[in-house]
Amino acid sequence: MPPKRWPFSLFLPRFPVISPDADLLLEIVDLHARVEDQPILKGVNLTIRAGEIHAVMGRNGSGKSTLSKVLAGHPSYTVTAGSVRYRGQDLLELDPEQRARIGLFLGFQYPIEIPGVSNLEFLRVATNARRSELAKEDLDPFAFEDLVRERLEVVQMNPSFLERSVNEGFSGGEKKRNEILQMALLEPVVAILDETDSGLDIDALRIVAGGVNQLATADNATLLITHYQRLLDVITPDYVHVMAAGRILRTGGKELALELEERGYDWVDQELAVLEVA
Amino acid sequence: MSTASTVSDLVSQPYKYGFVSDIETEKIDKGLSEDVVRLISAKKNEPAFLLEFRLRAFRQWLKMEEPDWSTVSHPVIDYQSIIYYASPKQRDKKASLDEVDPKLLETFDKLGIPLSEQKRLSNVAVDAVFDSVSIATTYREKLAEHGVVFCSISEAVKDHPELIERYLGSVVPANDNYFTALNSAVFSDGSFVFIPKGVECPMELSTYFRINSEDTGQFERTLIVAEEGASVSYLEGCTAPMFDTNQLHAAVVELVTLDDATIKYSTVQNWYAGDENGKGGIYNFVTKRGQCRGDRSKISWTQVETGSAITWKYPSCVLLGADSVGEFYSVALTNNRQQADTGTKMIHVGPRSRSTIVSKGISAGHSSNSYRGLVQIGPKAVGAKNYSQCDSMLIGDQAAANTYPYIRSQQPDASVEHEASTCRISADQLFYLQSRGIGFEAAVSMMVSGFCRDVFNQLPMEFAAEADKLLALKLEGSVG
Repeated sequence: MPPKRWPFSLFLPRFPVISPDADLLLEIVDLHARVEDQPILKGVNLTIRAGEIHAVMGRNGSGKSTLSKVLAGHPSYTVTAGSVRYRGQDLLELDPEQRARIGLFLGFQYPIEIPGVSNLEFLRVATNARRSELAKEDLDPFAFEDLVRERLEVVQMNPSFLERSVNEGFSGGEKKRNEILQMALLEPVVAILDETDSGLDIDALRIVAGGVNQLATADNATLLITHYQRLLDVITPDYVHVMAAGRILRTGGKELALELEERGYDWVDQELAVLEVA
Repeated sequence: MSTASTVSDLVSQPYKYGFVSDIETEKIDKGLSEDVVRLISAKKNEPAFLLEFRLRAFRQWLKMEEPDWSTVSHPVIDYQSIIYYASPKQRDKKASLDEVDPKLLETFDKLGIPLSEQKRLSNVAVDAVFDSVSIATTYREKLAEHGVVFCSISEAVKDHPELIERYLGSVVPANDNYFTALNSAVFSDGSFVFIPKGVECPMELSTYFRINSEDTGQFERTLIVAEEGASVSYLEGCTAPMFDTNQLHAAVVELVTLDDATIKYSTVQNWYAGDENGKGGIYNFVTKRGQCRGDRSKISWTQVETGSAITWKYPSCVLLGADSVGEFYSVALTNNRQQADTGTKMIHVGPRSRSTIVSKGISAGHSSNSYRGLVQIGPKAVGAKNYSQCDSMLIGDQAAANTYPYIRSQQPDASVEHEASTCRISADQLFYLQSRGIGFEAAVSMMVSGFCRDVFNQLPMEFAAEADKLLALKLEGSVG
């Protein structure tokens, strides 16, 4: 049976929302961005509501990682057009640290090593920055230690990682677990996970995915950036978006990911060619 | 964006100790001659041996030339335009603090060094030096109960001339170098510490140096002697007002440890560094050296160098005793147009002597920061060991870091290790911390203090947090 083709979605309304009454968390409208002189994002539209899990898939160079960095405020990227509203607020005018404090989280594809800075102290400072935004009192090192030990369970991480420098000498899997630990501590409203599955063996993938699933609630949302279906076998998305050439080319349900897995990305190129002719 | 969004903004914060106290000062005329040396000695009613010491040094100085082998450069210093003696007007050192000019006490209060009975630091005895003289030393009686002598060097000359005659210049000879000769000729004050046999000094000792007068050179002299089995931890702090002119600071510090004695010497140097264009600031040409004379004796230098337009100093250890230990832990931070050429010398003479060098250089702005260190193993130093680690951190793309390790070994059965690294605070590291809600300045200071942790851990607890804060302050406005 030939795979079912989804309707051409670029200029159409987005895929019907599951719960139209849920809070709007992130509204990306016609977002254009470049790095140096190279345009990467060329009109991204995406709406995320509370309780949803979205997956953005696409080839290398399609712009999906750029999207995540632009949302988090990476200084190397310049937004040239479009808007991003986070719970009604203009996200693009905020510093990266302000975005984090109000509940946006980026799980890095390649978490950065910071020699000399204790992981525990880093986690505490980050957690307190978020807590102060929520008008919660600062946690002293003792209170924080209790919290962090509890959250370590989410990613089944060995407490010895707290004593080390941030990500220094961590294996790929340990770094990703440390990212999810940060997510568990910061309790973000919108979590963007950039290629969280890359470099993970199957056990680590289960643990990381298990962490993400545990943290997903009706009040927050998750945006998974991924290349492969295998992450979506363990985290079930409500929406799958296919990105190509800096735009979201198609949006569908979790079936779309399976279709991609089966057919590869070549058809995306064909659709893109059709689109560019039109 | 927040107030400081680039590292270059972040390093240029105002110097908060740059005020001048309006205190009547007695100064002698500018210039240096044999008469000036005699005048200084006369003002201090010194015994003949000391005048002789000064005059010999002065005559040697006349024959010497300023060293030019380091990486620092500066306009020619006119030694005749410097004032060699300045003292706040008060006849003698007061017996009690009540008699000290309140303005002086106020100055030290402002610097965070309260001297008065009620407010002073609870477990630290302080000798406060203002321009050329020591104005007060706290906790002297309590220390005296333990036989510990802690006073200004001028008082030591009067009260303990035999100790001064025996030890002064015994570690750093007057003609060691150009600046030591100058210092030996004109030194005005400084601290003297004597810990008798078997005594563990019951509290931290600290000297706080304050330059107040413009055009005044500061030439202090510190001498610390720990007899057999004695131990002491000593800390010096320094600040100066902001002037457009450069002030010369040429100090000499001598440490002596006998068998099983330990001296831990820490410095938090925050002299005025000059403005962002390199105008003003202190020229810090300092010679610090310790002699581990006794077996199993130990000298440990810890320095946090953040100020000065120029830093030229190499706190060193001469390890004479068998199994003696020398340590050097250093953080040197330079910003704007500051220049630092600093490091250490570990001279291994005794068998199984050991030394450790941990140097962290941080360069921001257009500054230049060099580590220069010598590890020398003599023919009798069987089984000597040295470990050196020199790390440099660059902030921005205009700063320079250099490492000049010199290793000379005449002993085949010795081990010398040297490790060096250079890193830069990367935009990705900053973004990572920022994306976790940590502000830009906090992110930079977190990374810098992480970089310096090995050294800060060596500071007395009371000062470790201070050093952390000081570094953060110095870096405000610098990453780009």
